Amino acid sequence: MSTIEKTMLLLFGILLTACGGTPEKKEKFTYERTKTEKKVEAEDQVAEDKAAKDITDLDNKGVGPVKNVALGAGVDQAMARAGKELFKSKCMLCHKPDKKFIGPAPQGVLDRRSPEWVMNMILNPEVMVKEDPIAKQLLMDYNGSPMANQGLTEEEARKILEYFRTL
Amino acid sequence: MAVMFSGCNNSKSPNGNRGALASTAAEKVYVPPGEHDEFYAFFSGGYSGNLTVYGLPSGRMFKEIPVFSQFPTNGYGYSEETKPMLNTSHGFIPWDDLHHPDISQTNGKLDGRWIFVNGNNTPRIARIDLKTFETDEIIEVPNSAGNHSSSFVTENTEYVVAGTRFSVPVPQKDISIKEYKGNFKGALSFIEVAPETGRMNLKFQIMMPGFDYDLSHPGRGKSHGWFFFTTYNTEEANTLLEVNASQNDKDFIAAVNWKKIEEYINNGGGTKMPAEYAHNVYDHSTHSAKSTIKKEVLTVDPTKVPGAVFLLPTPKSPHGCDVDPTGKYIIGNGKLSADLTIHSFDKMIAAIEAEKFDGNAYGIPILKFEDVLAGQVKSGGLGPLHTEFDGKGNAYTTFFISSELVKWNVETREVIDRQPNYYSVGHVMIPGGNSAAPFGKYAVAMNKITKDRYLPTGPELEHSAQLFDISGEKMELLLDFPTHGEPHYAAGIPAEILAPKSQKIYRLEDNKHEFAALGGDETRVERNGNEVHVYMSMIRSHFTPDNIEGIRVGDKVYFHITNHEQDFDVPHGFAMIGANNAELLIMPGQTRTLVWEPEQVGVWPFYCTDFCSALHQEMQGYVRVSPANSDIKLSWSLGE
Repeated sequence: MSTIEKTMLLLFGILLTACGGTPEKKEKFTYERTKTEKKVEAEDQVAEDKAAKDITDLDNKGVGPVKNVALGAGVDQAMARAGKELFKSKCMLCHKPDKKFIGPAPQGVLDRRSPEWVMNMILNPEVMVKEDPIAKQLLMDYNGSPMANQGLTEEEARKILEYFRTL
Repeated sequence: MAVMFSGCNNSKSPNGNRGALASTAAEKVYVPPGEHDEFYAFFSGGYSGNLTVYGLPSGRMFKEIPVFSQFPTNGYGYSEETKPMLNTSHGFIPWDDLHHPDISQTNGKLDGRWIFVNGNNTPRIARIDLKTFETDEIIEVPNSAGNHSSSFVTENTEYVVAGTRFSVPVPQKDISIKEYKGNFKGALSFIEVAPETGRMNLKFQIMMPGFDYDLSHPGRGKSHGWFFFTTYNTEEANTLLEVNASQNDKDFIAAVNWKKIEEYINNGGGTKMPAEYAHNVYDHSTHSAKSTIKKEVLTVDPTKVPGAVFLLPTPKSPHGCDVDPTGKYIIGNGKLSADLTIHSFDKMIAAIEAEKFDGNAYGIPILKFEDVLAGQVKSGGLGPLHTEFDGKGNAYTTFFISSELVKWNVETREVIDRQPNYYSVGHVMIPGGNSAAPFGKYAVAMNKITKDRYLPTGPELEHSAQLFDISGEKMELLLDFPTHGEPHYAAGIPAEILAPKSQKIYRLEDNKHEFAALGGDETRVERNGNEVHVYMSMIRSHFTPDNIEGIRVGDKVYFHITNHEQDFDVPHGFAMIGANNAELLIMPGQTRTLVWEPEQVGVWPFYCTDFCSALHQEMQGYVRVSPANSDIKLSWSLGE
């Protein structure tokens, strides 16, 4: 919004106030708020071009204890069930399986990230958001909301990974 | 040349022996950023009712552990789970006067499992777990008043003792105070400690004559099986004790053969009498305490157990009662005497065997002073109080009136060194100083008067502790540091014994709290009459739920909040506007409950008090409170 526009708006507002009537006053604030929201949406669009959710990098294994994960041909259902329980108690306060919540949805994550990257993000989030470019970007995309280190073992993280394959 | 260089390098290396080459006191107490102290020191808070944890040699304070007092910092004694810890036969007592900490021992050596402390005012003993640094258990002591000669442990932590400072009618009754003499009793309580769990059980009470039992220490080595208690007011005065309890030239150390009494009890001895006392136990899986009122106690008349209790005359109004690491000597410091009195355990046994008694007090044999005396330290100081040992044959005694710490040789009883204190020193602590194996590198003097040592803070000042290097022949004052409350005694232990065992989190899967919301899908709000239970969870940086409606004026709202973090040092807080108790500080994996009784209609916020992420301020929520007769449906949400 240019300065001229702002000034005009202000004058218009004063005019309305001068005419009296509360409803008009409300309208004014509604109007201004709508404009602001539109502007933010536009900026979001630009930011989204860089968003980590659009990045696909299956070669990046992330930073952490996990160097190599061999996924079975099919999903190990028992393992996935155990992973689902762990996910429910340790992760669900911030992640919904199929939609963005406090953090990203794990659904489809293995199309975008390597299994090693996913496990390292679970096991080593503090270092990942400092050293891994995608994790860094994710932290920014999610308003600087840090991923909590839930103290899982590698085995537990592997089960959660298997659960992600079922989503 | 190379040797010289490596020598210099060693002195600067982080783990090197910094003290050996250091030339100034500052270097000896300096712990560089990121490095750790060599010792933990636990200071009693006295009238704060809490225990404070310091590092030595830095004098840095690490933690304040609430024990007998409500503690707004984390909601101890305010949360529903911890309120039962402060229950007594007199009801909820949110304060006490915490005196003497003592660390558990195995074979006379510190094992670092628990630390015991006593509540002096409403007689209680507490056990603090040294993995979690939280109070696990509190047991009230019946038939007692002023639990002062306490809480010291025997060499395998078989017992922790609680001797009464004030004698009282037993059982309590409405009689004239002037009838004190001969009618009041002094209970010495022996609380057994379960070897695996530490769980305490009041096993027996010895009903002693109505003296004041001041301090105590266990025998060790050859004197293991005995316990020694100083007395004052053997005059049994009941008014103006300042004068009337200082008439006798000598009072006593009561020597108690607890093994003999244990045997007597195990063979069916003793008298059960009705008594009411609380036993409060905290469970780390339910994260909750439970208080049980016990109804009976086993008492022992010492005259019924021949050979179990003897009185050792000791000049004059003795306060401290300390046993050296070998267990051969019992030191009684007459606070109105200039000399230190050292009794010999061997001579005491010989006198008992020879039955060389000098009369009796209420049927308890009195030994002859000369027959048990090993010797005296003619110190020329005034007001000797407490003694600790360095494990190298030396003792360190505080002199309250002449404000000094005196080092002397236990065998020769020669004074080696004396250092002034600033001012009026009470207790002294050497890590492990009350055990068979002291770590004689530092001594900490706990002073009662602080004026002029720090910047003034109005009429009230924190008490001052003074750290001495005692590794050489002469003591060297290294550091002054303030301590919280009014410390009476402290206990120290090498950090390497405790630090590796320190617990970092509570595991969510071990959380058996009745009201825990363990999965995100377990969060909910339920109404039961005018009680509303909010099952809430928290993780960086939000509460689930964060919008609650349908609460009414007159409701009693229980916020049961589970911290889902599983990361070291990430507690979350919970504060509710208008809650007339405290906040909560909830450790990772823990559940805590705060009660809120809203009295005003409106939309009221709650928030997290502990900064954990950039979105700390955003960790908040609202509760809508409607009029008492409102029909707004109970509802809750997050992200809708």
